[in-house]
Amino acid sequence: MRFTRRAAIAVVGVAALLTASACGSSDDGGDGGSGSKKVEVFTWWADGGEKAGLDGLVAQFGKDCAGQEFVNGAVAGGAGANAKQVLASRLQQKDPPDTFQAHAGAELGDYINAGQVEDLSADYDTWGLKTAFPQGLIQNLTVDGKIYSVPANIHRANVVWTNKKVVADAGITSDPTDLASFIADLDKVKAKGIAAPLAIGKDWTQLMLFESVLITDLGADKFTGLWNGKTDWNSAEVTKGINDFKTLLTYTNKDRDALDWTDAEKLVMDGKAAYQLMGDWEAADLDAKKFADYAWFTFPGNGTTFQWLADSFVLPTGAKNAEGTKCWLKTVGSADGQKAFNTKKGSIPARTDAVPADYPKYQQAAMADWKSATQVPSCAHGSACTQGWQGAANSALGAFSSNQDVAGLQKALAAAASQFVKK
Amino acid sequence: MRRLRHWGPGLLLLSPSLILLAVFVYGLIAWTTKVSLSDEHNARGSKGFVGIDNYKNLFTNDIQDRFTHSLKNLLIFTLVFLVGAMLLGLLWAFLLERGVRGEGFFRTVYLFPMAVSFIASGVVWRWLMNPLKGDGAGGLNAVFGSLHLDFLQSTWWTNPDWGMASMAMPAVWQLSGYVMALFLAGFRGIPQELREAAAMDGASTYRLYRNVIFPQLTPVALSALIILGHMSMKMFDLIMSVSGPQWLTEVPAIYVWQTLLTSDYAKSAAISIVLLLLVAVVIVPYLIYTNRAEKNT
Repeated sequence: MRFTRRAAIAVVGVAALLTASACGSSDDGGDGGSGSKKVEVFTWWADGGEKAGLDGLVAQFGKDCAGQEFVNGAVAGGAGANAKQVLASRLQQKDPPDTFQAHAGAELGDYINAGQVEDLSADYDTWGLKTAFPQGLIQNLTVDGKIYSVPANIHRANVVWTNKKVVADAGITSDPTDLASFIADLDKVKAKGIAAPLAIGKDWTQLMLFESVLITDLGADKFTGLWNGKTDWNSAEVTKGINDFKTLLTYTNKDRDALDWTDAEKLVMDGKAAYQLMGDWEAADLDAKKFADYAWFTFPGNGTTFQWLADSFVLPTGAKNAEGTKCWLKTVGSADGQKAFNTKKGSIPARTDAVPADYPKYQQAAMADWKSATQVPSCAHGSACTQGWQGAANSALGAFSSNQDVAGLQKALAAAASQFVKK
Repeated sequence: MRRLRHWGPGLLLLSPSLILLAVFVYGLIAWTTKVSLSDEHNARGSKGFVGIDNYKNLFTNDIQDRFTHSLKNLLIFTLVFLVGAMLLGLLWAFLLERGVRGEGFFRTVYLFPMAVSFIASGVVWRWLMNPLKGDGAGGLNAVFGSLHLDFLQSTWWTNPDWGMASMAMPAVWQLSGYVMALFLAGFRGIPQELREAAAMDGASTYRLYRNVIFPQLTPVALSALIILGHMSMKMFDLIMSVSGPQWLTEVPAIYVWQTLLTSDYAKSAAISIVLLLLVAVVIVPYLIYTNRAEKNT
């Protein structure tokens, strides 16, 4: 190839420029310098109800923490997947934001073990959170006697949503209270010509259903034990749970692996299914979609068990403005802060002293349950297991969806537990 | 000194790209290899060197043989994709080469899908390959249903055994036009004299193609195979938008992403290296071959 000299110089020049600019762009970023009054809050709440909730929280923060300035460090997209990657690299480079969003519970484990987040137990006492939050939640949050995060909200995972008309058409008048009566109801709906009365989606929604069945078959304590190593995954009770889950799958839509939870929700809205197990963000979503003809009940056999998941905030080690971060965390945990956030996001406050009248109908019921119920964590949403465990469980459920191999699923879940528990 | 004068300016010209390559390609490959030999299985960082344990675990000790399952998926996908795209591309190129009216028009039509990104076409194919049959069917199944061709309805990519073959359909649809363009260029590059000589020798059309034209197309076919092959090995975006990340359709590239999201850096690095080796198995012999071919000319 022939090059003129001028072209060659141009090429070298451009290359040099590129190198120079690549080197020059690494020194900015979100640091406000030491002694700053800025609080960078890192979340993946960039739109919808989540953004509205965050805005409410920020307004409250402005009132409570005069002199501190909120800096929005939100990274949008991928339901938090993008944000988690950005966060991981910032933590590795010892450039943490002043506070970041994380699912409360086991998902925090990696950060705790890496010494990337600070103990907040003393602040819990100062802020009075140990009495404001229910005991079950405090127990679930405590790791080796310490608490590392302040939950901003609570969602419930073990709720079955129904299409009232479809259920009534099948002649069902009361909510089922155990698995046998639930299956009897499913048969009734099926007899009315609805082939798949229980709507479900891909792997993680199947994991949610499976966890609910396990709560029924094992009870709250043993279920929690599955995730901390106290309950054996190879036990006969788990086998029974898998078999019950397999039975329930026969009532679900065959295209489940192709659907997300909103697609399954649409089956219920369209009357093509009667039931769907989903977290209680479904209430806000159904309201937003102007579908009023819905009802809900706790998954049959779960009794008063409340399977929770929560978004929480932490104090990272080496935060530049720890004082400001603590003020943010105090706002997050305060009654006013929780109200400002949750009334907009469609979740319920973690505090038990909130005023129900401020919230919509479903949330009022959930708040009443939250006070009295037994709290258990959820693996599908990170409060019971680390992300690695969650990935393995989702994959195992995805395989079970097509091969229906009971022993295989139990073996895979037991292997996942031995690999990930307490690590 | 004189020798420096000879190759110095050339080296100077090349050095920016050499440095960039060294750092951002080979440096990062070395780094990934290092991570893959460590036990950095979470955000806590590495505690030490574990040799090839991560690789051994992938093949022998992965829960539910997840990795070998993803390799099996990739194999089915690659076979169907390569065979499908090559045959269709060759067929179209052959038809156009035989001389049809409006060649330019057809060429554009066939080539056009390549301009669409896998993400965009994946969203459409996700809908086309709706797995429900019968009453609730959508997409292709609905079309078959309304044509009373119900036996053609399929569960598409949700079939646990052959789902990956359906997953290759969108890829075939997108890349066949590209293969056609390559083959067409190949056909056009064959000197007219050869055809005339064959005609003079009294060769039939079949003999002409079998013994004169197709042998000349071997380098083109090889290039097309390599290009499609390495695309297929790294397939990620299409599958992500058709099925999302899940067991049924998991291939190594998606598995890397999944393990990376769960902060299992060592495992995802190990899968990346296996994937790199797989691609290298395809690419390196080709590079050697072309290198030799260039030297010979």
